[in-house]
Amino acid sequence: MPVENAIAYDTKIEGNVIITRAEAVINWMRKNSLWPMPMGLACCAIELMAAASSRFDMARFGAEVMRFSPRQSDVMIVAGTVTYKMALAVKRIYDQMPEPKWVIAMGACASSGGMYRSYAVLQGIDQLLPVDVYISGCPPRPEALIEGLMKLQRKIETEPSLRTQKPAITEALVS
Amino acid sequence: MTLEDVSSQLESAFPEIAGTKVAFRGEISYTVAREKIVDVCQHCRDVLAFDYMTDLTGVDHFDVEPRFEVVYELYGLPHGNHLRLKVFAPEGDPAVPTVSHIWPTADWHEREAYDMLGITFPGHPDLRRILMWDGYPYFPLRKDFPLEGKPSEVPDVAFTRAAPLEGGPFVSVPSDGITKEREPRARHV
Repeated sequence: MPVENAIAYDTKIEGNVIITRAEAVINWMRKNSLWPMPMGLACCAIELMAAASSRFDMARFGAEVMRFSPRQSDVMIVAGTVTYKMALAVKRIYDQMPEPKWVIAMGACASSGGMYRSYAVLQGIDQLLPVDVYISGCPPRPEALIEGLMKLQRKIETEPSLRTQKPAITEALVS
Repeated sequence: MTLEDVSSQLESAFPEIAGTKVAFRGEISYTVAREKIVDVCQHCRDVLAFDYMTDLTGVDHFDVEPRFEVVYELYGLPHGNHLRLKVFAPEGDPAVPTVSHIWPTADWHEREAYDMLGITFPGHPDLRRILMWDGYPYFPLRKDFPLEGKPSEVPDVAFTRAAPLEGGPFVSVPSDGITKEREPRARHV
């Protein structure tokens, strides 16, 4: 192709240019590829599997790639009863997930301990992790999980992704 | 071999337990002295062909002495009969000889009874906690343990906190009455 043609007006490129903010683009990419860490601990995990399968198809929202390695996941879905024996293991897996990361507390047990007012059960995973979305139900239907995922997507849309990085991260970038 | 045959053969081998027989709805139970339980179990498996241990559990009779009880549920596959054995242990010495060398499945059942109730099994090959973690300081299924739990902390392993209980505290009543009277309920204090 001659050089003068390359710098001339190109309808193919100019028609596809979108002007926007970097923050909006970053958030758009983040919210549409939320790879879950399936923290399946009890019967909620069955509904989580159903939500990921063909009938409900969480892939429509970019969340189909269940990552069993915390290094590759964005959102931890705590699905089930968190016993004290498991609690610090859940915390450790959360700590291994790279930023940015979010947490969905799926079902009554993960949100509040549920019906287990007991010596053995942590009374809500929010005592250890910062939870973004709570989903009610025992267990919640797959539709409820997808609704929670959409709620999280709307939350990510409004996040100032560049301006409010965690101080530790910005400091690490500067130094 | 019918259940009556089992009963008469067991009583002829161990005459001292004959008086403790309880027959209820087609099931028979014997209460055995702690010192004799290994011999009785060995006899049940080797001579009476009770080759399958269905379950081994502990019971806490809080405020009644002897406080602890271990229940052995036996089944014989060749003849299809059930047999239940019971052993009592006092609060000051909650130890019952192990039968894990007779039925290997008793290994984990005895660990569970130890974990939940604090009954020890001398001779057990590996008497560690099985449900709670090593270092947990309580025996949570004892009747004097509160339903909501107690705070504990084993660094980097696990911690516990007391659970919030609306309408509590739920506590067992020390009594030898029926379960309805002693079970944990909200009580006005």
